[in-house]
Amino acid sequence: MLQNTFKDLRTTIIAFAAFTVLLGLAYPAAITGIAQVVFPGHADGSLVTRDGEVVGSALVGQNFSGAQYFHPRPSAAGADGYDAGASSGSNLGPSSQALADRVAADVARIREEEGLPADAEIPVDAVTASASGLDPHISPAYADLQVARVARERGLSEDVVRDLVQKYTDGSTLWLLGEPRVNVLKLNLALDEM
Amino acid sequence: MTIFGVLHILLFFFVVLALTKPLGAYMHAVFEGEGILSKKVFGPVERVIFRVFFVDAKVEMDWKRYALSMIMFSAVSMLAVYTILRAQGDLPLNPQDLPGTTPHLAFNTAASFTSNTNWQSYGGETTMSYFSQMVALTVQNFVSAAVGIAVVLVLIRGFTRKSTSDLGNFWVDLTRCTLWILLPMSSILALLLVSQGVIQNFDSYKEITTVEGAKQIFAMGPAASQIAIKQLGTNGGGFFNANSAVPFENPTPFSNFLEAVSIILIPAGLTYTFGKMVGSTRQGWAVFAAMSVIFLAGTFFVYNAEQTGNPTLDDLGVSQSYETGDLASSGGNMEGKEIRFGIADSAIWAVSTTGASNGSVNSMHDSYTPLGGLIPMFNMHLGEVVFGGVGSGLYGMLVFAIISVFIAGLMIGRTPEYLGKKIGPKEMKLAGIYFLTTSAMMLLLTAVAVSVDQGKVGPLNAGAHGYSEILYAFTSAGANNGSAFGGLTANTEFYNTALGISMLVCRFVPMIAILALAGALANKQKVPTTAGTLPTDSPLFVGFLVGVVIIVGGLTFFPALTLGPIVEHFLVNAGILS
Amino acid sequence: MSVQMPNAPEYREGRSEIAKQRQARASIWNWPIILQATIDSVKKLNPLHLLGNPVMLVVEIGALVTTVLWLDIAFGDRAEGGFFTAAVSVWLWFTVLFANFAEAMAEGRGKAQANTLRAMKRDTMARRDRDGRIEEVPSSELRIGDIVRVEAGEIIPGDGDVIEGVAYVSEAAITGESAPVIKEPGTDIRTSVTGGTTVTSDWLRVRISANPGETFLDRMIALVEGAQRQKTPNEIALNILLATFTIIFLLAVGTVRPFAQYVGGDVTTTALVALLVCLIPTTIGGLLSAIGIAGMDRMVQRNVLAMSGKAVETAGDIDTLLLDKTGTITFGNRLAAEFIPVGDHSEKEIATAALQSSLADETPEGKSIVDLAHRLGYNGVGADPRAELIPFTAETRMSGMALDGHRIMKGAVDAVSKLATNIPADLETVSTRIAMAGGTPLAVVDNAEVLGVIYLKDTVKPGIKAKFEEMRRAGIRTVMITGDNKLTAATIAAEAGVDDFVAEAKPEDKMQLIRDEQALGRLVAMTGDGTNDAPALAQADVGVAMNSGTAAAKEAANMVDLDSDPTKLMDVVAVGKQMLMTRGSLTTFSIANDVSKYFAIIPAMFIGIYPQLDKMNVMRLSTPESAILSAVIFNALIIILLVPLALRGVAYRAAPAADILRGNLLIYGVGGLIAPFIGIKLIDMLLVLLQLD
Repeated sequence: MLQNTFKDLRTTIIAFAAFTVLLGLAYPAAITGIAQVVFPGHADGSLVTRDGEVVGSALVGQNFSGAQYFHPRPSAAGADGYDAGASSGSNLGPSSQALADRVAADVARIREEEGLPADAEIPVDAVTASASGLDPHISPAYADLQVARVARERGLSEDVVRDLVQKYTDGSTLWLLGEPRVNVLKLNLALDEM
Repeated sequence: MTIFGVLHILLFFFVVLALTKPLGAYMHAVFEGEGILSKKVFGPVERVIFRVFFVDAKVEMDWKRYALSMIMFSAVSMLAVYTILRAQGDLPLNPQDLPGTTPHLAFNTAASFTSNTNWQSYGGETTMSYFSQMVALTVQNFVSAAVGIAVVLVLIRGFTRKSTSDLGNFWVDLTRCTLWILLPMSSILALLLVSQGVIQNFDSYKEITTVEGAKQIFAMGPAASQIAIKQLGTNGGGFFNANSAVPFENPTPFSNFLEAVSIILIPAGLTYTFGKMVGSTRQGWAVFAAMSVIFLAGTFFVYNAEQTGNPTLDDLGVSQSYETGDLASSGGNMEGKEIRFGIADSAIWAVSTTGASNGSVNSMHDSYTPLGGLIPMFNMHLGEVVFGGVGSGLYGMLVFAIISVFIAGLMIGRTPEYLGKKIGPKEMKLAGIYFLTTSAMMLLLTAVAVSVDQGKVGPLNAGAHGYSEILYAFTSAGANNGSAFGGLTANTEFYNTALGISMLVCRFVPMIAILALAGALANKQKVPTTAGTLPTDSPLFVGFLVGVVIIVGGLTFFPALTLGPIVEHFLVNAGILS
Repeated sequence: MSVQMPNAPEYREGRSEIAKQRQARASIWNWPIILQATIDSVKKLNPLHLLGNPVMLVVEIGALVTTVLWLDIAFGDRAEGGFFTAAVSVWLWFTVLFANFAEAMAEGRGKAQANTLRAMKRDTMARRDRDGRIEEVPSSELRIGDIVRVEAGEIIPGDGDVIEGVAYVSEAAITGESAPVIKEPGTDIRTSVTGGTTVTSDWLRVRISANPGETFLDRMIALVEGAQRQKTPNEIALNILLATFTIIFLLAVGTVRPFAQYVGGDVTTTALVALLVCLIPTTIGGLLSAIGIAGMDRMVQRNVLAMSGKAVETAGDIDTLLLDKTGTITFGNRLAAEFIPVGDHSEKEIATAALQSSLADETPEGKSIVDLAHRLGYNGVGADPRAELIPFTAETRMSGMALDGHRIMKGAVDAVSKLATNIPADLETVSTRIAMAGGTPLAVVDNAEVLGVIYLKDTVKPGIKAKFEEMRRAGIRTVMITGDNKLTAATIAAEAGVDDFVAEAKPEDKMQLIRDEQALGRLVAMTGDGTNDAPALAQADVGVAMNSGTAAAKEAANMVDLDSDPTKLMDVVAVGKQMLMTRGSLTTFSIANDVSKYFAIIPAMFIGIYPQLDKMNVMRLSTPESAILSAVIFNALIIILLVPLALRGVAYRAAPAADILRGNLLIYGVGGLIAPFIGIKLIDMLLVLLQLD
């Protein structure tokens, strides 16, 4: 019995060391090697450049508060939101007074910003913080709500802006996976391009 | 509920169903060393490895030696993780110069990852160097999963073998599982994820200037390789703080689908492996069916609750209705959810990850509606048997089957038997230990935490929901799940220590009970099947098993849940906030 | 040819008075027993008694705690909640009392039986033979090896073996069987006598085989009294499960207070105790030991003495039933099936002759010949007082009668042939054919003329096929074992509908067969009576010895059938199954009950903190106090309501396992979910009506 235990202890140490080298070093290194060769852009964060400068990632949301831009969802990542080095949701519960207060404030703000009547319904994603705080998308409904303002601010016709929104709207993958969504960064960059 | 959501849930389920048999058969071939691949490719490699390991693959262990090997291996693992995390500042691959962690965080994290819980009191991108993520955590993502599978293999052998104490060789099981199942599957998944945009690099964090001129820092790192195994091994510890909600971990609906399927893929496949090993795939499908019933019921329940939304928001002028077309909106309770996943994908994930002891999240459970958040907690209260953790889910369900067989067996007037093994006092004792350990740790530690000041300061939310946050934390630790009501500030000495102890006790005490159970069963004769034998592969038994799981789980935690999510449901509907 | 067996069980006409009394005791409503049980249930409040029953121990502690709380309220300054606490406390005490009552009832029935037995065990004087010198000693001084002489009318002073004499012995005291039995030395089965039985004719010399206190009667008394009742493995396993549930509910209820305090409220200790008691499986916990005792009791009612509860339980698990052909499946006595004429004689001739020769014949064979002749319509001849009976002797191997110069004899073919002057050619063919088919040919001769052959056939007992069919449905395989040749065995096996048979079996083959079956993991039951059955009886998982059997057989077996009816084995199986089914069903019922109790108590308990929880009060119980009290009262009353079920056992029918499970799940699972919702609501309404809410 004791002899077996010593044998197994020796095996424990050898096996643990071997697995550490294989799984902790060789495996990630190999995956990194292949990924960097086959999907270099993806592996590095799908970064988006404008004029040679990286302005963000196609996958990660960022703050837009200017009236000429489409605005993203509220974010709880970092102190000012959209901190891609500190992802986080709000973690406010459904019965949270703080949540209700925040939503009420956002509803009022959006109604004002978009020039909506006081009883206008706001799409839920416009006033709720995403899980990561880095959601790059808004719903087509929320985008539509912002079309008039953006068009007005940029002196564009609403139809032009609406067409652009359409262009940057992704449908469901394979009809069933995911939701229709608008990539805010890509849309705003496209607007700036115009 | 929308037709889109219902179809989506069914699609997900049928994909898992379709993969169960091929994966289960493959795992069976690997574990039994059968098939052309095992003989021609794996066998020769194994021979070299076992020589290096000083292992004679033909020598089998009794349950005690098996348990001791498992414990020694886990102890060494834990020690290594602890050391690496503490010494992180002096180790390489640390572009952000992150310092070593506090002792209690290192203990908590070491306990968490060796126990396959992957509870994270930390945010990955702000705490862990690449070296820690890879060498400490990724390794544990693999081997702790393999340990779980090894233990269930032993239990199955307990059923299939008779009058013996030989239950297999821990090193053989561990190696085969890691090398021929987890590693290849993770490699494939990791690359698929990179194709969707999951990052995989060793760069330092990138600081950029946004379109509006603000600074934005992108956390980087070898994420895909760790995310793949975190999903497949029912680990769930995210590379980044917000886990699989973070776009770099889970960028597209398709990556989400892959990751979600990966959560329950191996646990589901193991039911088929189990059926093959006991010589009746119907027995495996019966277990699969019982898990599926609870899974689907839970998923539809959560989906419905979340799609219905938060009544408070309705009153504030927020539209939570589901829309399609140009004005498409996911509707529902979107606080803590990502647009690209919407409600259905979030509900599927929430139920999968808590049913399967995974614990990764793609949405924030803390912000779920009360009833939507109730199910994830309840899934864990059931003992993580709705597919469950790799290995642990199946052995948990088999213990439930033993309890069910015991009651049902008495009801038909025979000494209860399951898979040809009579269930006697010893088996019941071990099953009792199995259940009591987790229930006791969950309830008692929650009671302690809500009573002491160090515990009371934890919750972000007030009132019933704050209590739910504490209950969820100890439920998650006890169930070795790892998901959280994230509002709880858990990176404190109290929570790290209490949760760490809970994870260790609730992982290893039940595991040892399972191994002892296997030992007791293997020692027994096999009883032949007659018309008087209770059929355990019939819909009737599956229904009974589901009933036992729900009622036992429900009865144990009903009072605790009443003061949390249930009362919160009534409060929210009455418009009372806190 | 088979010999005369006056007391062969299958010819028993009716049961004696004692047997009837025994049946009468099976009724639940026996007032003296109920009275005694009521007294005992108070005595059993002693916590030491409840140590082995964790569920009821928790209830008693709960009762004690609430009593103290009530006293504190009553004698303290607080006015609030006194009545409620007192009411809960009282009903908790009732819960324990009811459980004690169930156990006492079950024990009481056993004790009553023991008293009847003990009455027979009065100390008698024995005539001990010491080297030819006869001395009178009290029976309590007899030791193994002593020789006693017992005369007609005397009680046999102890268990022993007949070494000399032939006598009729009445065993009515033990078996309830009124017809006396012949006892004689050297016959294996008929040699053993039991203390307490009475010699009714002639005398016997008996060698005592058991010391006082160790006799069959002593063991029987101890068994029915349940004095040495040990918990069976299934009972222990169930107890562990119940203890696990109890601990789980202790945790679930014990943590409620800190949880409630965290969210800013509190709950009363009385409510917590009430919740705990309602949740822990008190129904099954309270009835568990009663079920076990009652199971043994039901065996005794069927005149089967089980040496342990484990044996009864094992009987429910039997996979294979090993049955002797002769005496079990067939009447051991061969009966006339056909009259076959030989030579140029007719059936009428042989039938009439056979009838005449048998009219005065009292053996089963003789009677069956008369029966057959009558059935075939040969009624012409009546008994003639002038007929001279020629009895059967071992030398002649034939019997018959002489009348009017006719000497009609019947007997073994070779013996009878010797009387004949002319042996018909077909006599041998016919008798060989009968022998080959497993029958016995009996030649009939009128003076010197062989008329024909009576075909004596081993006859399958009526109804046995249906019993085997029942066994098959319950998944039990029947195997017939016989010394007959394969052909005979196959015929009988097909006729009786057994699943398998072993022909030409030697006594040691039984042992091998049992071992083979056991090696396949099967549990085997068998019956036996001879000394050479003893090893097999011991090897079998359930061995039932016939009371008529030898001491060795009874010693080796784990059950003794006082009726010596080998088909009783099937009853034994049913009782074993019933016992387990009752436990399982009540466990399911108990746990299923908890759902409704949660819905009664939880909203009531927290309503002070969260009035919104009133929505969970689905039964619309009137007040929090009445809700909790109703649940507690229901929880107590259900125990007493289920006592008859616990004592009688859940109905058993032979059916596939899945069917039984479906049925019992419907009644005890679904019923257990629904019934308390109704019961608690009704009690609540009653409380309101009586203004006790």
